[in-house]
Amino acid sequence: MTEHSSDAGSDPVRTGGRSAVSGRKLPGGDYFISAGAFAILLAIWEGAVRVLHVPDFILPPPSAIGTSLYYGLRSGLFVHHFAVTAMQTIAGFFLAALFGIGLGALIAQFRIVERTIYPWLIALQALPKIAIAPLIIVWAGYGIESKIVIVALVALFPILVNTIVGLKSCDQGKLDLMRSLGATGWETFRLVRLPNALPFIFAGLNVAIVLAILGSIVGEFVGSKAGLGNLILEANFQFNVAQMFAILVILGLFGVALSMAVRFVQTRLMFWNTGFSQSI
Amino acid sequence: MSMTPTILEFPPTSSSAWRASTDSIAVSLQGVSKIYATASGETVNALHSISLDIRAQEFVSVIGASGCGKTTLLRIIGGLEAQYDGNLLLTGSKRRGPNKDIGIVFQDANLLPWRTVLQNVLLPAQVLKLDRKQAMERAFSLLELVGLEGFEKKYPFELSGGMRQRVAIARALIHDPSVLLMDEPFGALDALTREHMNLELLKIWHSAKKTVFMITHSISEAAFMSDRVIVMSPRPGRIIAGVMIGLPRPRNLDLLSDAAFGEYTRKLRHLLDGDHTSKDGAEVVRGRVQYD
Repeated sequence: MTEHSSDAGSDPVRTGGRSAVSGRKLPGGDYFISAGAFAILLAIWEGAVRVLHVPDFILPPPSAIGTSLYYGLRSGLFVHHFAVTAMQTIAGFFLAALFGIGLGALIAQFRIVERTIYPWLIALQALPKIAIAPLIIVWAGYGIESKIVIVALVALFPILVNTIVGLKSCDQGKLDLMRSLGATGWETFRLVRLPNALPFIFAGLNVAIVLAILGSIVGEFVGSKAGLGNLILEANFQFNVAQMFAILVILGLFGVALSMAVRFVQTRLMFWNTGFSQSI
Repeated sequence: MSMTPTILEFPPTSSSAWRASTDSIAVSLQGVSKIYATASGETVNALHSISLDIRAQEFVSVIGASGCGKTTLLRIIGGLEAQYDGNLLLTGSKRRGPNKDIGIVFQDANLLPWRTVLQNVLLPAQVLKLDRKQAMERAFSLLELVGLEGFEKKYPFELSGGMRQRVAIARALIHDPSVLLMDEPFGALDALTREHMNLELLKIWHSAKKTVFMITHSISEAAFMSDRVIVMSPRPGRIIAGVMIGLPRPRNLDLLSDAAFGEYTRKLRHLLDGDHTSKDGAEVVRGRVQYD
């Protein structure tokens, strides 16, 4: 019997948890190949830009981007703006998670809430949130608050919809079990429905974290005093394309870091949902 | 073996051996009917005037084709179905809705994958707010009873299908109910695991002294395990016969090749196939499966 047999019926006890994936001869060998390919790409880019004399404001060479990144970080310019963007992205994301899970739970649990609030939320979802960004900036100002609201609005829906689906998709057998014990609605929610919905909720959070960064930058484009989006516009006006690329590098790394953070919490919280346990 | 392969009809006409006083009746269904309305507006007669008494500590199995309402019957006894006509009496008093004195084992183990084996077994104790320390001690002894000592800290995904169902049985017994309802508990298991689980369940039944009401698709499982097998028929769902299984206990797998056992399974199969009179002329009492 193979280690990865998915037969849930009569498997022997799985003792060791995850086993080593076969077919990878050198540990970390894949990473070397990926890094090597990336280095070759950068070298070709650098060479092509120099040989073909491409102007800096069209496509700067990687070395110029590296230099811009270095000075931007050393002077504290990037650090300051990054702090603003990171702050509003994370705050907006948490706000979205709070409202998404909270509202989702109310909508899934109470029919009256579903009938009164959900149609409005659907309507709001159909609306491109970016279109109301100028309005939010009028109401909440040019500071960080308006961007937090925009981020929260953009990131809300995937969390909300997944929470509702997750809470409603609870296996009838588990609900029957709770009902046969005379469990209250709250007990069933706390002990069964909510943990059962976690994989769905995290699927929503994974989408939402990417949207949060998007909302943050677009919000800054529409109107802001600081932040990496603000800085991109400023660099754009100055034809400082190397700096724009440098900021994109930071944003890319930030996005990857946030996604990894969500996935880290996900694997910690949902150790049981590792792919071979759906049918318990 | 002195067993004669005669089929004891039910209720017994002459013998008073099975005549029991009403206070030892654990579950009594009196004229229970259930009509479903389907999405298309049709009505389905899921159960038609079911009357059935189950004595305390009796092992009763129900067999019947799909759609004969046996699961509905179990759900009514288990308090999962509140909309029905007729009466349900548990130890003599009328009931409707969930009852602490009942434990249910479903076809799927329905374990909560984020809880350990021990936490899963303790779930009913938690919901029913039983004393935590006593429940814990009971959980350990039940896990020992179902042969899972040492697995307390494992998670369901680390267990085989048979082990999960054993956890479900321990869970159903944690609050010490007097009635155990089982809805095709071993239907998802392979034949060998199933035979093994049948023996395990009989062992548990012997030591825990519960009234068991088990639904099964397997004629031999029903005959092997039970004191009495109820045969149901669909459209409308009704009881067509109750057959006492007079095989001696304790039973072991050798019984499966015994002539008397074969006679019972043959009889049950005839009943299921709609042949209501047995070849040897014994008339099966239809519909009524109650003690008087």
